[in-house]
Amino acid sequence: MQDLLVALPPREDDARKQMIETRQLTKVFQDKKRGTVTAVDRVSFSCVPGKVFGLLGVNGAGKTTCLRMLATLLRPSSGTALVNGFDVQREPQKVRAGIGFLSAATALYGRLTAFELVQYFGRLHGMEEEVLRARLEEIFALLGMNEFRDRRCDKLSTGMKQKTSIARTLVHDPPVMIFDEPTSGLDVLTARTVIGFIRQCGQRGKTVVFSTHVMSEAEKLCDTIAIVHGGRKLAEGTLAQLREQTGETSLEDVFIKTVEEKS
Amino acid sequence: MKLHPIAIVYFKEARDLLRDRRILISMIVVPLLIMPLLIVTVGSLGTKMVGKARQEIPKVMLLGGEDSPETTKALRGLKTFQFVPASADFTNLISEKKIGAAVEIPAGFDAALASGQDTTVQIYGYEGELRSSIAAGSLEQFFRQRRDALIQRGLAERHLPKTVLTPFAIKQTNVASARKVGGNIAGMILPYMVVLMCLTGALYPAIDLTAGEKERGTMETLLCSPVCRRHLVLGKVLIVTTVSLATGFLAVTSNGAGLLVMKSLAGGAKAAPFAALDLDPLALAGVCLVMVPVAAFLSAVLIAAGLYARSTKEANSYLQPLMILVILPAIAGAMPGMEINSRLALIPILNVNLLSRELLTGLWHWHYIALVFGSTCLYACAAIGVAIGLYQREEVLFRN
Repeated sequence: MQDLLVALPPREDDARKQMIETRQLTKVFQDKKRGTVTAVDRVSFSCVPGKVFGLLGVNGAGKTTCLRMLATLLRPSSGTALVNGFDVQREPQKVRAGIGFLSAATALYGRLTAFELVQYFGRLHGMEEEVLRARLEEIFALLGMNEFRDRRCDKLSTGMKQKTSIARTLVHDPPVMIFDEPTSGLDVLTARTVIGFIRQCGQRGKTVVFSTHVMSEAEKLCDTIAIVHGGRKLAEGTLAQLREQTGETSLEDVFIKTVEEKS
Repeated sequence: MKLHPIAIVYFKEARDLLRDRRILISMIVVPLLIMPLLIVTVGSLGTKMVGKARQEIPKVMLLGGEDSPETTKALRGLKTFQFVPASADFTNLISEKKIGAAVEIPAGFDAALASGQDTTVQIYGYEGELRSSIAAGSLEQFFRQRRDALIQRGLAERHLPKTVLTPFAIKQTNVASARKVGGNIAGMILPYMVVLMCLTGALYPAIDLTAGEKERGTMETLLCSPVCRRHLVLGKVLIVTTVSLATGFLAVTSNGAGLLVMKSLAGGAKAAPFAALDLDPLALAGVCLVMVPVAAFLSAVLIAAGLYARSTKEANSYLQPLMILVILPAIAGAMPGMEINSRLALIPILNVNLLSRELLTGLWHWHYIALVFGSTCLYACAAIGVAIGLYQREEVLFRN
């Protein structure tokens, strides 16, 4: 996993482009018990290639809903979001074609082998068979997956499953990677591998959005952090900027102070 | 519409389902092995039981007849009955299956016969019980033969011809070909069975590809792909339809083979309901063709219901009442005397059953064929439309 993306060409043409841009993004749900729930409340941010943008918030802060809107799994109630230049509401298929989405909820088909699964998603992305074959060989070699490529996904260990999921998100070489709490439920070693992979995505020129409630992960990975709470974005900046704004040193203190002051 | 993404989803789902042992059991093992095995086992067991019961000498009780020695002597002289002593508790003994039947000869029976007076012999039995029916039937046969002999003797004594009693004969002749007769019998059972098996075949994969995907978390993975949701649903409906049709046709083929085995076991006895089984291959092809939109309709309905459910458990609870909704018209279609008309040709499932019956009996009413086929295709399209609509609704996909 050390040089996972070494063979993936960096995207120089995208270098200064705002690959993700949300404006006043809002999502309102109707819940039978709770009534009207505003899961995401007028959230605006932008992400550029080569940088890891982090959404930091407690469970239920609206991170998943926000990322699901970016991945076009949910439609915004109001506001807009552009991903790779495409509007999430008007051109959802083009948006999905340019993203790799990995979350704790994106499971694998247990009855397919690791190879078949990644191949399936490559085909769904419309890749030519020849190109796909070469790409699969490349990814499986890079991720060290050849050992278990013909093993069914339901027989894989957690680490192998996570590698297969990573291969699925990478197969079509998307310029935008969205990670929704990708280390949730993973052991320390597997989580470390995933964190390493996310870092490499940023280093290799991909636009990365990463959501977490683990302060240490955000601290290690993110170039820019947005603190979200109760569906609203309370603060945004680099770690240094956030420290300066709050006068606190640790990210945990920064987070708590921001939430207490602004929510 | 792009066919390529639909084909990708179709072949992936086919591979996935074929690796599922539960699918293989419901699609292949049940219709191909268990159902015909059940038919042959139950059938041959039934034949053996009847044969064994016929070979047994039934226990019967003779009540009265002390003053009618001629009749009682003739009856007791038969080796086909084992007589037990008379008892007032004979009804209980019959109900408890300790004796097969009882016959009560009225007082002065022989004398009444000699003088030509009206008299009645009473036979007691347990209706529906095999051994009792055989015993009662044999007793009745004995008394019929005696009555016929008395009639013959009376006619001879009076020098009267037999035609006094039967001035003319009545004879029924079947003008329908063996194929039509067979078609009529098959038309009652076959369409109902095919619809039922198509439904059974579609049930598990439909749940697995919808509520099952939600439960396992693969739905979100799939929704992240750039394939439009309409194509995803069409791929899923197509594969469920294929499994449904395969189950239906495998069931018909295997059960047909089972019935043929039964036919040979019965030694071609005309009384057996399947003895006349000789079906028109063209009619069978017609039934198969009309089942295609039915399978698509059922698959789409099941997929829509499965999509709405949050879990496979919830999907099962939705699909059970749905099964009743499908089975009821299928049963109604198998009712004797139910005939297709323009109104019934529009009722889903029932229309297909009635049309299949017509086809199997050799009736090809093209306007009904068009009406049934067209309306079922429309229902299938509407159901697919509903499934696609549900697949676009996030409150359904992310319902929790």
